[in-house]
Amino acid sequence: MQDNTNLFFKFYRSMLRIRIFESEVSELFKRQKIFGAVHLYLGQEAVAVGVCSALTKKDYVTSTHRGHGHVIAKGGDLNRMMAELFARETGYSGGRGGSMHIADTSLNILGANGIVGGGIALATGAALSAKLRGTKQVAVSFFGDGASNQGTFHESLNMAGTDKLPVIYVCENNLYGVFTAQTKVRAVDSIAARANSYGFPGVTVNGNDVLAVYEAARAAADRARTGCGPTLIEAQTYRHHGHFEGDVFHYRPKEEEECWIKRDPIEIWENRMKEEFHIANDVELSEIRTQVEEQVKKAIEFADESPWPKPENAYTGVYQEEVES
Amino acid sequence: MSRSITFIEAVREAQEQKMEQDERVYIIGEDIGEFGGAFGATKGLWQRYGAERVRETAISEEAIIGSSVGAAMTGMRPIAEIQFSDFMTICMDQIVNQAAKIRYMFGGGLTVPLVIRAPIGGYIFNAAQHSQSLEAWFCHVPGLVVVIPSTPYDAKGLLISAIEREDPVVFFEHKKLYWTKGDVPEQMYNVPIGKAQLKREGGDLTIITYAYTTTLCLEASTQLEKEGIQVGVVDLMTVSPIDRETIFSEVCKTGRALVVHEASRNCGVGAEISSLITEHCFSSLKAPIIRIGAKHSPVPYSPVLEKAVLPQVEDIVAAAKKTVAYS
Repeated sequence: MQDNTNLFFKFYRSMLRIRIFESEVSELFKRQKIFGAVHLYLGQEAVAVGVCSALTKKDYVTSTHRGHGHVIAKGGDLNRMMAELFARETGYSGGRGGSMHIADTSLNILGANGIVGGGIALATGAALSAKLRGTKQVAVSFFGDGASNQGTFHESLNMAGTDKLPVIYVCENNLYGVFTAQTKVRAVDSIAARANSYGFPGVTVNGNDVLAVYEAARAAADRARTGCGPTLIEAQTYRHHGHFEGDVFHYRPKEEEECWIKRDPIEIWENRMKEEFHIANDVELSEIRTQVEEQVKKAIEFADESPWPKPENAYTGVYQEEVES
Repeated sequence: MSRSITFIEAVREAQEQKMEQDERVYIIGEDIGEFGGAFGATKGLWQRYGAERVRETAISEEAIIGSSVGAAMTGMRPIAEIQFSDFMTICMDQIVNQAAKIRYMFGGGLTVPLVIRAPIGGYIFNAAQHSQSLEAWFCHVPGLVVVIPSTPYDAKGLLISAIEREDPVVFFEHKKLYWTKGDVPEQMYNVPIGKAQLKREGGDLTIITYAYTTTLCLEASTQLEKEGIQVGVVDLMTVSPIDRETIFSEVCKTGRALVVHEASRNCGVGAEISSLITEHCFSSLKAPIIRIGAKHSPVPYSPVLEKAVLPQVEDIVAAAKKTVAYS
């Protein structure tokens, strides 16, 4: 058997980076260091990390309004991410985007997206582009269960299936589209089964099991790279916080929340590393946690010390050349 | 060498020459393959460049535009054909929330060099859902360039410029102009985006217009000349961003302005132009600016009803006389 120790540690480190970053963002939002609307990835870490670990740096990713996890999993820089959330000049978009439009374009992340389902067609086009240019790149579209009911989902999957595009559709099914239980607005149980309508496989995985997600993504990436076309992965997971920070509404049963929080993807992975694979002990894991906490702390300092963007530049960069406003 | 070809042939030729020159250019849309497109804008291109570069799709406007935005962000230069511009309502998210904003939202890290070609306009008895001129919707969105040529020469040169541009360009083609002919050079050339052109000189009055109504305004000007009224006609060609300089310099010379378009007058491009003129040329104005546009009604089917809704030559003539008579 191949030694996966490095990969498994990478899973852990990356999931933890998301967990600690997002937990801090939650606090910073309460302290009004971060503005607007913030949707946290807490609880869904295994999906982004499992999928992005199966990709190369050149592969494309489109993300969602709940997008911090995807950027971190693809290798994003915590300093520039935090600075963007702090609305500063040093952020990824110089404070023009914020949480819902965060991206590291040098890592071929084609953006978080404030529109539910907005990135599905973009990833489809990135896959088409890769195919036309013959680059063997793969495009991944992350989206939620809610987006799978949007027209763009069906149009895009039909196009990708017809043209056998190298794209992986990753549906993060966290059971709720904003505040509505998906069972109330969808007649079929399985989202993965919708792939059948478009002529390619759909698989369901435990989205809180990083290894299971990784294996499904690897298989899908292999299919895509060898010209066999798209795959739809339905990763079943749960968000630990509300739809957005400050969401205090009661639409999820308490027992359901408790049950899912017990299935914490990071705790599950820690236990497997220790007890199933025997590759880590508590001391090592705690060291990693300390290192990541330090990274996040530095990112907060970097953001807090960064300059604000200049108002006189607010309406520049709209077009290839400046247009009179 | 120049020869006389139709507007639609000019559009086809611009696409063909850019495809030949730049392998990043591909075309995507409905019925555009072997069939050559609903209006023939891609005739022969599928046969020449194959199905990978002349991509015929399902009737899925959102996937057509969305995939084109994704491809444009990743190194391609797609030309997406929407069969009738009325159907752009179906893919507005991809145009307005994605294509237009991507450059800005991501701090310039991503750009969308995309051309969306779509036929606009009425005067062909196609009724309410196949006759609209919705350009004002797109002018209202920062990040979009909106181009509307009125001659075969301008169509070819502007389309080439649009394909070369790093911004998303909405390129509207008036159906009534598709089979009009004009001199078009065989070789490639650029007509600059964002520049209007004085299509006719005249010192008594300036008409500002674009698209098919340019033809109507030129016709009206010929009639008015017989009555001793000299009319200058500015064809905007690009409606966003607007060439303010040309408008201001012409209107300041004549002191009288008439703004004409086919789209509903209510909140149309004409309102913007009229307001700009008032802000910048107030002291030169000798008469109130008059706007002519469609009645605020869906475009009807019956020729007699359509005529009552869309601007006609006689409306332009009457408004011009009224403006000139004002003192």
